[in-house]
Amino acid sequence: MNRHESWGRYPQATPALVTRLTDRRAPLPPSDHPRLVYGNGRSYGDVCLNDGGEVLLARGLDRFIAFGAATGVLRAEAGVLLSEVLDLAVPRGWFLAVTPGTRFVTLGGAVANDVHGKNHHRAGTFGCHVRALELVRSDGSRRECSPTQSPDWFAATIGGLGLTGLIAWVEIQLSRIPGPWLHAESRRFSALAEFFPLSEAADRRDEFTVAWVDCAARGANLGRGILLKGSFAPVAAGRGTPPKAHGRLSVPVTPPFSLINRLTLDAFNALYYRKPEDAGLTHYAPFFYPLDGIGHWNRIYGPKGFLQYQCVLPPAVAEPALRELLARIARSGEGSFLAVLKRFGGRVSPGLLSFPRPGVTIALDFPFKGQATLRLLDTLDAVVAAAGGALYPAKDARMGPAMFRRSFPALERFMTFVDRGFSSGFWRRATL
Amino acid sequence: MAMQQVLIVGGTSAIGEQVARRLAVRGAMLYLTGRDGGRLASIADDLRVRGAARVAPEGLDLTHGPALAGLVSRAAQALVGLDTVLFAAGLLPDQARVNKDANLLRETLAVNATGAMVVLNEAAAYFEQQGHGQIVAIGSVAGDRGRATNYAYGAAKGALEIFMSGLRQRLQGRGVQVLLVKPGFVDTPMTADFAKGPLWASPERVTKDIVRAMERGRSVIYTPWFWRWIMLIIRHLPERLFVRLRF
Ligand SMILES: Cc1cc2nc3c(=O)[nH]c(=O)nc-3n(C[C@H](O)[C@H](O)[C@H](O)COP(=O)(O)OP(=O)(O)OC[C@H]3O[C@@H](n4cnc5c(N)ncnc54)[C@H](O)[C@@H]3O)c2cc1C
Ligand SMILES: NC(=O)c1ccc[n+]([C@@H]2O[C@H](COP(=O)([O-])OP(=O)(O)OC[C@H]3O[C@@H](n4cnc5c(N)ncnc54)[C@H](OP(=O)(O)O)[C@@H]3O)[C@@H](O)[C@H]2O)c1
Repeated sequence: MNRHESWGRYPQATPALVTRLTDRRAPLPPSDHPRLVYGNGRSYGDVCLNDGGEVLLARGLDRFIAFGAATGVLRAEAGVLLSEVLDLAVPRGWFLAVTPGTRFVTLGGAVANDVHGKNHHRAGTFGCHVRALELVRSDGSRRECSPTQSPDWFAATIGGLGLTGLIAWVEIQLSRIPGPWLHAESRRFSALAEFFPLSEAADRRDEFTVAWVDCAARGANLGRGILLKGSFAPVAAGRGTPPKAHGRLSVPVTPPFSLINRLTLDAFNALYYRKPEDAGLTHYAPFFYPLDGIGHWNRIYGPKGFLQYQCVLPPAVAEPALRELLARIARSGEGSFLAVLKRFGGRVSPGLLSFPRPGVTIALDFPFKGQATLRLLDTLDAVVAAAGGALYPAKDARMGPAMFRRSFPALERFMTFVDRGFSSGFWRRATL
Repeated sequence: MAMQQVLIVGGTSAIGEQVARRLAVRGAMLYLTGRDGGRLASIADDLRVRGAARVAPEGLDLTHGPALAGLVSRAAQALVGLDTVLFAAGLLPDQARVNKDANLLRETLAVNATGAMVVLNEAAAYFEQQGHGQIVAIGSVAGDRGRATNYAYGAAKGALEIFMSGLRQRLQGRGVQVLLVKPGFVDTPMTADFAKGPLWASPERVTKDIVRAMERGRSVIYTPWFWRWIMLIIRHLPERLFVRLRF
């Protein structure tokens, strides 16, 4: 049977059975194995993996159902990619109310992880803009759920890690844009202490903000980085032709070893930091999806793959906790290729297991080097736990049950909505 | 090239649906047939959202002869005109099952050959009288030579090829294009149980070739292109050698 992997390529899983879904109206195929829906595999760890179980591929559910060009309400099957939504919506003056850093995720995957984007400080999560969805359960039942209809099932399914059943279709509210162009600006900050006032000011003015941190910097430079901010611009401002969905760049094969080592990382981080401060117009694709232009960039980490680590830290302790995390990483020499920093806002998601909450989130990549990497991440867990923070399951391949429970106070309640016929690698590990 | 009013027989097939999407984005009017009413309705909704000016579905079983009569004129009536007919339905049964079941053999020929011919002949008459139009059918590399593992299907596709060639000669100089598309291995529900390898193509890939061939008014294409060379060799193998091959 086919091996299945997520974007981190660690761990890998071999399902007993793989079934492609093509008809949203059909009941779930009968199965003796625990099932799990696989969207587009853009999660990093094992929330989308089901070793030894049955995997239901959702990409075949890729039909639009209804679109109101005047209202911006779109209903589509759950296997439709956000990139396909954009292809339809942008020429008609609409954009996703919330988008993650890649557009190659499915609507179902965006709901199941209740994904967030550069505008969390204003718009909240993806789930805040879901008007309704249909849930198909192993027992043959189907339920239309919304904030007013079966709201408890709705809340469990938003951020429900695919465990409440198959999401057959999703209805979302898009947001109006003047055109595909943004006015964007980048600002350098030379230490972590500068990040907080700078991003607070940007969050007040701009729709979208995110920062990048140089993980290799130490001492006085610790936490230096670049803040990127932007807002959609009037259409007349745009010039030139938008870049293609897929750039010509691609990593065609997995190199036999990781291309990410201490040397390349230091060089990359130093160069990135020296990038001049910049302002101007940009198309939405490079602004929101800088890595989508490079096909299979995850392969640069070599055959062992890599781990992501994303946590959120409460506002009161965010700065010292971040400082401690960065210090531990810099000391370990396991620098991260991409460290992304963002302030989450206060808009509450309907999702029971939604990850974003007020505070600061940081996301880091680590090439997988066996026990050393896992031990380092355990020491980061200790910092996050002590700060009262949480880890993001969509990026996780290794947290234990204690950390999972701490991260999600509504876990007990969520459990009552889990479909007994569903499970995942993540779920078996984190609820042991 | 104006492809405005299109009948797709087998609009629920993976390849037929992809072609329909490409035409819908350009604002085409589409008449789709399939047996499965639920999926047909889902596909129709999708094509409307993508931009089709009109979509009309018809439930149709190709093994049910009487239902085929008048299909082309029903489509032309619903779309107020017709300029393209695409036959994209198909049935690929396991040859071992066909060998034990004469009804399945008949059904294979009814869907892939007889059904196709009845519809396409009506299209020929309609377009001949109209003075323009395009007839497109999806054949297969399997129709190029009979193989132990799929010769019922291959025989039907081969017959369809000869039929298309006859239509092309008949309609020569009448403003009607006749295109036969011969795909290799395509990853669709039809081949869900097959082990996939490097020769396999996606329905999107094949669709790109089909739409380009329609625009250019081609007569016969292989898709992806390399099948032309593979089949050139296979067609020219001496029978004595060919019968010993196992693939
Ligand atoms: C380059 C990159 C950047 C990213 N940036 C961000 C970011 O900025 N913010 C953010 O929040 N995330 C981000 N992510 C993570 C990504 O957005 C999420 O992991 C997303 O959920 C992946 O969606 P998918 O369709 O690939 O789903 P998969 O990864 O295949 O599955 C994810 C989960 O959804 C479930 N699921 C999928 N479809 C269905 C369905 N139809 N019914 C029920 N359950 C279903 C699966 O079972 C699984 O639990 C990023 C990922 C990458 C690779
Ligand atoms: N897949 C390949 O590798 C491959 C290779 C070469 C050629 N082809 C040809 O390409 C075309 C499309 O193939 P595909 O793989 O996309 O097919 P598919 O997804 O398996 O769909 C098969 C289609 O045939 C229809 N059909 C089957 N039996 C029928 C019947 N008795 N009456 C009416 N309709 C019937 C189905 O209708 P319902 O959905 O309503 O059942 C469906 O529309 C076919 O002509 C096929 O032979 C395919």
